[in-house]
Amino acid sequence: MAGQTPWQTTGPFFHFGFCWKGGADLTGDSALGSRPDLTAPGHDVLAEPGTTNRRLVKGERIEIVGQMFDNTGAPFTDALIEIWQANAAGRYACPEDNRAEIPLDENFIGFGRAATDKQGAYRFRTIRPGRVPGPGNTLQAPHIAFGLVGPGILKRLLTRIYFADAPENDEDPILALVPAARRSSLIATREPGAADIYRFDIRLGGPQETVLFDI
Amino acid sequence: MKPFAPEEKAAQPPSLFPDFRSSVTRAPASAPLKIPQTLTETTGPAGNGIWERLMGGNATDLTKQYKGEPLGERIIVSGRVLDENTRPVPNTMVELVQANPSGRYAHNYDQHDAPLDPNFTGVGRCITDAEGRYRFITLKPAAYPWANGPNTWRPAHIHFSIAGPAFATRLVTQMYFPGDPLFPLDAIACAVPEWARDRIVCRFDLETTMPYWALSYLFDFVLRGRDATPMEN
Ligand SMILES: [Fe+2]
Repeated sequence: MAGQTPWQTTGPFFHFGFCWKGGADLTGDSALGSRPDLTAPGHDVLAEPGTTNRRLVKGERIEIVGQMFDNTGAPFTDALIEIWQANAAGRYACPEDNRAEIPLDENFIGFGRAATDKQGAYRFRTIRPGRVPGPGNTLQAPHIAFGLVGPGILKRLLTRIYFADAPENDEDPILALVPAARRSSLIATREPGAADIYRFDIRLGGPQETVLFDI
Repeated sequence: MKPFAPEEKAAQPPSLFPDFRSSVTRAPASAPLKIPQTLTETTGPAGNGIWERLMGGNATDLTKQYKGEPLGERIIVSGRVLDENTRPVPNTMVELVQANPSGRYAHNYDQHDAPLDPNFTGVGRCITDAEGRYRFITLKPAAYPWANGPNTWRPAHIHFSIAGPAFATRLVTQMYFPGDPLFPLDAIACAVPEWARDRIVCRFDLETTMPYWALSYLFDFVLRGRDATPMEN
């Protein structure tokens, strides 16, 4: 046995290394995700996109937008948000998910990164994930896992987002573990007037504090 | 399908560590809610070729990213990504971010009065091989001041991000160098309990030091392993 390596904060100067071109755009060719505005001129050596053809990803295209706030309610201006999700059919791009009867999407991996800006705002372009199994014989509602790191965060914070218009939320085995009064902190709501944009704000304190998970 | 073993919480920094000032407003107010690991947590971007498809290939020699040679002490940093049962973690992404040998990051918010080097950025990527090995050639970063107190300095360190086999095994950490007088004074390193603090310090190794070329430092990343008991389903 070996002891697990302790976590340390990212510090404030990670953007020129950990953010890549298209890292927050899982369904298109845009550079969303990289931060040339924070990279010293001439130093964006690793910003190139990967090789998947993201425009061909199958599924209902959505955007997830939101703002992150610290425990005093001030914008969290330099967090790094990571997402992990299943494809539209409900399969994870990972050998551990070996359910061959559910198709993989060769253009969709389901991992993304976005850094928050001066307003604490972030944005992902992705697809609505399919359902995946939960504990026992349950089926989980469509959801996306969120990991939060950044300066001042010593160890990653974890949460999940669900979708307000999904009737499956009522039978989700993980949401069922969350006290009813706090469940709304995990539910992304449709932006008024924009059918494909969901808002998910992240609050590290206050009356609407986002539920975080320990896995 | 087996869940991952619990986090070794005693060895981890707390969310709130008041000596590290920015954690005071950025630690979550409430404790996290324990949930069982599902397929969402036991999977992650893993497997042959996935990291190349996601963000491009390796960039392991940080001294060869530009036409000119960067200035500073060349070093080799290598080791393995393992789980706590000392099984190697192959095909996983190790990302590196560091300051240059003047103590300056190639980041527009870095205000430290120290020069950038047009031939050195301080970023790298290495996908582990079948034995979980990674290896970077880089320059030794310098200490730099930070606004945690009136005269506070970060010990020389390299930021690393390791994906691991699943969302549950992710690790972002900093690696420090042996014998640094700033290490015991550093509020970020000291957020790790003292008995576990040597786990974030690399080891100088003469064996793999390349004669007349570069000193070698070894560092293994140890991630959560598989629990012995199968998941309920
Ligand atoms: Fe740093």
